[in-house]
Amino acid sequence: MDPRRGPLAVPKVRRVGFFTSIEPSPETPRPNRSLSGPAEAITSSSPLSDSPSGQFISPVQIPPSRHHSDNLASRAAPVPVPGPSAFRRQLANDRTLHVGSYNPVDSLLGTSPPSSNGEVSEDSGSLFGFQRSDSAKLSASFPNGGFDMTVAVRAPGESEAKVATASTSDGRKKNVEASGESESVATKPRKEKETRSLKEKTSKAERRAIQEAQRAAKAAAKGEGSKRAGESSRPKPSKPAKQPQPKKEAPQVTSSVSEKRAVSVEKERRMDVPQTQMQYDDKSRVDKAKRRSVVEQTESKNKVELFLHLPQYERGNQLPNLSSNIFTLDTIHHAVYKVGLQHLAGDIAGDNARCIAMLHAFQEAINDYTTPPMKDLTMDLTAKINGYVSFLIECRPLSMSMGNAIRFLKNQIRKLPVDLSEPEAKASLCSEIGRFIDEKILLADKVIVQHAVTKIRDGEVLLTYGFSCVVEMILLYAHEIGRKFRVVIVDSRPNLEGQKLLRRLVTRGLDCTYTHINAVSYIMGEVTRVFLGASSIFSNGTLYSKVGTACVAMVANAFSVPVIVCCEAYKFHERVLLDSICSNELGDPDAIANVPLRNNKKHSKTMDNNKNLQFLNLMYDSTPAEYISMIVTDYGMIPPTSIPVIVREYRREDLLL
Amino acid sequence: MDFQVVILAGGFSSNLQPLVSKEVPKALLPVANRPVLSYVLDLLESSNLKDLIVVVEGEDAALKVGGWISSACVDRLHVEVAAVAENVGTAGALRAIAHHLTAKDILIVSGDIVSDVSPGAVAATHRRHDASVTAMLCAEPVSGPSESGVAGGKDKTKKPACYDIIGLDSSKQFLLHIATAAEIKKDTRIKKSILCAAGKMEIRSDLMDSHIYAFKRSVLQKVLDQKPTFRSLKQDVLPYLVRTQLRSEVFPDEKTVEDNGKNNMQNNEVVLSQILSNASLPSFHQVYESGLNSRKTYKCCVYIADESKYCVRLNSIQAFMDVNRDVIGDANHLSGYTFSSHHNIVHPSAELGSKTTVGPHCMLGEGSQVGDKCSVKRSVIGRHCRIGSNVKVVNSVVMDHATIGDGCSIQGSVICSNAQLQERVALRDCQVEAGYVVYAGGEHKGETFARK
Repeated sequence: MDPRRGPLAVPKVRRVGFFTSIEPSPETPRPNRSLSGPAEAITSSSPLSDSPSGQFISPVQIPPSRHHSDNLASRAAPVPVPGPSAFRRQLANDRTLHVGSYNPVDSLLGTSPPSSNGEVSEDSGSLFGFQRSDSAKLSASFPNGGFDMTVAVRAPGESEAKVATASTSDGRKKNVEASGESESVATKPRKEKETRSLKEKTSKAERRAIQEAQRAAKAAAKGEGSKRAGESSRPKPSKPAKQPQPKKEAPQVTSSVSEKRAVSVEKERRMDVPQTQMQYDDKSRVDKAKRRSVVEQTESKNKVELFLHLPQYERGNQLPNLSSNIFTLDTIHHAVYKVGLQHLAGDIAGDNARCIAMLHAFQEAINDYTTPPMKDLTMDLTAKINGYVSFLIECRPLSMSMGNAIRFLKNQIRKLPVDLSEPEAKASLCSEIGRFIDEKILLADKVIVQHAVTKIRDGEVLLTYGFSCVVEMILLYAHEIGRKFRVVIVDSRPNLEGQKLLRRLVTRGLDCTYTHINAVSYIMGEVTRVFLGASSIFSNGTLYSKVGTACVAMVANAFSVPVIVCCEAYKFHERVLLDSICSNELGDPDAIANVPLRNNKKHSKTMDNNKNLQFLNLMYDSTPAEYISMIVTDYGMIPPTSIPVIVREYRREDLLL
Repeated sequence: MDFQVVILAGGFSSNLQPLVSKEVPKALLPVANRPVLSYVLDLLESSNLKDLIVVVEGEDAALKVGGWISSACVDRLHVEVAAVAENVGTAGALRAIAHHLTAKDILIVSGDIVSDVSPGAVAATHRRHDASVTAMLCAEPVSGPSESGVAGGKDKTKKPACYDIIGLDSSKQFLLHIATAAEIKKDTRIKKSILCAAGKMEIRSDLMDSHIYAFKRSVLQKVLDQKPTFRSLKQDVLPYLVRTQLRSEVFPDEKTVEDNGKNNMQNNEVVLSQILSNASLPSFHQVYESGLNSRKTYKCCVYIADESKYCVRLNSIQAFMDVNRDVIGDANHLSGYTFSSHHNIVHPSAELGSKTTVGPHCMLGEGSQVGDKCSVKRSVIGRHCRIGSNVKVVNSVVMDHATIGDGCSIQGSVICSNAQLQERVALRDCQVEAGYVVYAGGEHKGETFARK
């Protein structure tokens, strides 16, 4: 398997652990469903059990509560899986593992229909005891609420669930079960042989070939199944008679279509694999990157050992270097260049602002873009955007949210209809970017504010750390609607972002206390709630945020103060983060070496030359999910364990729609 | 990068009489035997700026400059030479070519700059702050021959005290006040509103406005349209912009237009801009703007060049001497020549007599002849000059085709092209106009030889 896909496998496992009641059977024809939208899934859900590889009704499609009473009751025993490794072993023993279709990437991108959403948000509701009654706004994000975004996704899910249960509850149920069992008995030996042989020669191409064949077969079966669904009242013919039919049909009827689709899905999959972060201790790669780079950077002399895999450059000469070759960088659009400069100079801080600035720049760049003759807009524009992105990365490593936004944009470019004229394509891209900003950031912020305000009661003392624009909006809105509360702003050197927040809150008349993080253990005693912003949240619920956040969250946890993280869903990331080392950013070491308003230039000069001294200015840290009580996001208030659900269920719409 | 470059090459500057003449406009004055304009063009070319507009005052000068440009760099650069009427000033010149300006931002470079500060840095600063105007400041150059005590005292008195008074904010990024030395007799006025908004102002007199500006085109054109009396960029336009940065009259109409957008859309826009502005440390402009809603402000930024960089304007005779000296001396990376082991450049075709010494930091042009027992120190001698025997040339510039008789002594002087010095002339701190003949045996000090 492609090593790059390694990390992706983990979230999947993690997801399994969370949904103990849902059996993510590996045979679930995911690739197939990733082709068909939810609407198609409706028709396919019940007949799937007839298809050769889908002996079991996909548990993801049917609400788990019903599973136990239904045909899956017999399979319920091995289902509650404690952990990833156990899960894998069990699958191996169970010998239902179908190597061809067990592709974690599939499952990640596969369109598992959103039927499980209901459970997730309800779970979270029950976990945290939402007082739904006290806020009409709160209910907005729940299934029947008035939010377009959620409703749009919701509707097919619900109807599908209904259809699925209806079809299983009708007379066919027994039939299905019986035939499924008989078939599983019949096909087991054959399958085992197949898997064994697969294991022996697990070349990628072969596996893919098999996968495609299966997909084609499934597609055929589905088509057949939908036919049959119409005449569902009739008793089913016996399985063995039916079974060979799809296999024969497959190549004739759907192969061309499904192959084409398969290729495009493959492509999507490849694109969607998050770029592996460059490891800066990998000599050859760094050299390669250097040759490509536009910004001249010198590596710092005193590198911090543990963080060699992160870029550590000498600060101070980047900006002059970059600014002096403003005119030689012909390939970079000036708007992008400006954003890069601002990132490098630290003029823009804060994930939302950086992301918005970048998207605006891309909008401008796309507006000014003309396809060169003899070139394809999709290809060329993607290459252009790639160039811009690598330029921006050189200026400052991208945040997770920016990565997500870029993925969205690239998907949009890829999805452009071929017959669109250039101006139309550009206009559509720009409007898509605008929509992304409006919906994923601005509207999301509004929703988050509406949710989070319900958590602020009169007389509370709220603590926030650093500066987060969402938290600021929440505080200002709560103040606006007349809640009486006090704010404690905890800040830290060297950026002192909290001062900006403080200034604005005080001018609006909020009651504020300002302190540095050193005093957090004292101040936490009087705090009743902690609101934190986020740079990203990973699928294991780990919060990735400004350095110091973990400390605040842990102290809050020790004082039993609820920690509420406010984060737009577009910042979620499917990766799993266990520590702050693997993925982080190093700031300017001088920033912590020098104290402002003190003339210690001489002092730091001598320190610079000291080989035994290394400055570590980490920008981010990771807060384990245990310390987070709740995450307020645009899909409602959820526990950190529900992040993968959001990533899985909702991320698709950006990527695939 | 959406920048247009305008080089203001001037015409026949009165400051530089008698060095400039009908044949030699200011832009073509030789600095180390290359026209001064070539330094600017090289600088811009090194920044990959190849589409240039050169504005020259006067048709004759324009023809001359255009002729030189087409002969020198037609293959490398795309240069458009525009002639404007004489004595319209820099602002007037820009007004005259306003219809050529189309880009979003305009980089204005004076044609008489010898510098190695990248103009890209100015442009980048301009872009980064989204400023209306960005000026480049550099450290005041050391004027006069630095170590020769002979002429030192004399030069100091001669140099016009042209300090600019420059007010910067605490981050040294914004320009709060600028007053040119010409205006300041005794006192200077500082705007209270700006001082209040910025909180702190740092007043510097050791910085020099180097006449490289980046302007937002819309702002520049509005100012030029609204203030037809403005003549000079430096003395009128820039101070005006700096003065009014908090109460702009340049954009009186923009605020009102914004109000009729869709409510929802506008709301989003407001939130958006708020997020963006909250993300950065608010400059005092934003703070001020938020205090008074109706006001529209804009930013005047500065780029302060590193002290190690070289930047001198050739705007006086003294500066001309300094530049010539520095380009073959301290700042010799600018000249583009390779220096010999003696730190001088002697063209292979130059002929030196016996016992003639050419010291370090000297330049001897192509085909020049120097007689016996001569001594050349810290001087630039042009092409095809004929210098007799027993001549001393110190700290001087001798332009092409000059003839210097035997026994002359030249110190701190400029001999223009085709000038003729007869025998035993002793010149000190003199300027000799092109084609002028100084008769034998004269001893002159601090004089200007020009035909009336």
